[in-house]
Amino acid sequence: MTSAWRMVVGAFGLVALAIGFLSVVFLTAPVAPGPDLARSKSSAKGLYALSIAPEAGEPRQGELHAWVVTVKTRQGAPVEGAAISVGGGMPEHAHGLPTSPEATAYLGDGRYRIEGMKFSMTGWWQLKLGVTAPAGADEATFNLVL
Amino acid sequence: MARSLLTKLIAAAMIAAALAGCSEADFTDAEKRSIASMSLSALAPLPPDPTNRFADDPGAAALGATLFFDTGMSRDGNVACGTCHKIDRQFQDDLPRGVGVSETHRRTMPLAGVARDAFFFWDGRRDSLWSQALVPLENVLEHAGTRTAYAHYLKRRFGERYERIFRPLPDLSTFPTSAGPFGTPAEKAAWAGMSDAQREGVDRIFSDIGKAIAAFERSLVHGKTRFDRFADAVAQGRAPSAEDDLSAEERHGLRLFIGKANCSTCHTGPRFTDNHFHNTGVPPVAGLPADRGRIAVVDEVLADPFNCMGKFRDGGEEACGEMRFMQKSSPELVRAYKTPSLRNVAGRPPYMHAGQFATLEQVVNNYASAPKSVEGESEIHAVALSEGERAALVAFLKTLSD
Repeated sequence: MTSAWRMVVGAFGLVALAIGFLSVVFLTAPVAPGPDLARSKSSAKGLYALSIAPEAGEPRQGELHAWVVTVKTRQGAPVEGAAISVGGGMPEHAHGLPTSPEATAYLGDGRYRIEGMKFSMTGWWQLKLGVTAPAGADEATFNLVL
Repeated sequence: MARSLLTKLIAAAMIAAALAGCSEADFTDAEKRSIASMSLSALAPLPPDPTNRFADDPGAAALGATLFFDTGMSRDGNVACGTCHKIDRQFQDDLPRGVGVSETHRRTMPLAGVARDAFFFWDGRRDSLWSQALVPLENVLEHAGTRTAYAHYLKRRFGERYERIFRPLPDLSTFPTSAGPFGTPAEKAAWAGMSDAQREGVDRIFSDIGKAIAAFERSLVHGKTRFDRFADAVAQGRAPSAEDDLSAEERHGLRLFIGKANCSTCHTGPRFTDNHFHNTGVPPVAGLPADRGRIAVVDEVLADPFNCMGKFRDGGEEACGEMRFMQKSSPELVRAYKTPSLRNVAGRPPYMHAGQFATLEQVVNNYASAPKSVEGESEIHAVALSEGERAALVAFLKTLSD
């Protein structure tokens, strides 16, 4: 009897130990680092400082919308007359953007409107902006999670 | 002694497993948000169609309904839109490929919610509901008629109704009885022989036919199903009623659908579609002409005289964003086909753009095994799904039926 009780207590003890061990493992496991979601950054070669913002509120899945890209030199002067190319896609699904967005207007102060953006799925998207201006050609990749 | 210890350990493990099993029945907060987003209650109101100023005109919708079911709208008098888009069969025909005047190369699509699409057909070869409606009328495998024949027919049968809704009809007495850009060589020649003004007059009537049919089709919507009532209960944090509750297997399928099986990546939102085009490695059908999907129709939609950039559009060009910024050359358009809605899917085999799969089990197997595409790259990654998991997915899909 005593020995049976000891067994039960032992069994619960073992289970508790196992749960405790698993909790420690799960609670201390490093969280998978998400993509860098910064909306302002230097271009890859450091020629420009770029920042992006949706023109009319955060985008919703499946809706065409516009972004405003601000291009400045390293010294912070607005870059005018830049040619902006737009690419990107979903790295986890190995496909590009569902549309062909274009820079359609210069809004002044180094700001350019990008029209025709659409995120057809939720998840991790990349927006790759190419900038060609007198200082040279450079590019930057922004991560967006919908 | 040792055996007794083992027995007790096993018993304890079973209790722990049972407790874990209980929590399995509850969805996580993230899962609950996904489930709520798929309810028909989350569907936004149907946006207006500024390219068709008759889109919400009840008279136009009524004329559109008449035309939709009128077999007079075909070369041989035997084919209506409703011949393949059967009103009592979810506006589809249960066949691998639709049959108009002859067998077509594509599965007839159901029409509920169709007005929410940006591009139409399996490959998106039209950019509005009204320009879509015109294509089968002239397709030699479908209605096989011609533009002037439709104009004459409309004037003869529905002239008064048409003029009350749209505009005065031109005098058609000098127009060829049957002429159009896709008819017989004689009909094409007759079309070429007409004056620009005559052709434009016919095109105007033809586009109005499309706008009337589109106005009717805007009324075709999905009804709530058991899944929606369940999802609404989940969204509101209350227990679903007994008849709306999902079984353990259906819940398992739902969890797979929005999780491990990755179905909801594309089959997303209340319509279970992202309205986009994907290569999913679905095999071609032997004997049919080569079918390259979306990539093959890019030029066609851009050149269509009835597209959003054309002169038959109502309203301003700002409504043409989808067309203006559409993807035109990307490699992933090769053998890409529209993500179909999954609502009522269990009631309409066979599946895929040419009716390749007879059962939902075959569909799930295709996604689980992710075969290579015959051309281009499939976007699907293989997922290890057990027999039980595949059955659970199918059980869940059946909750999307009325």
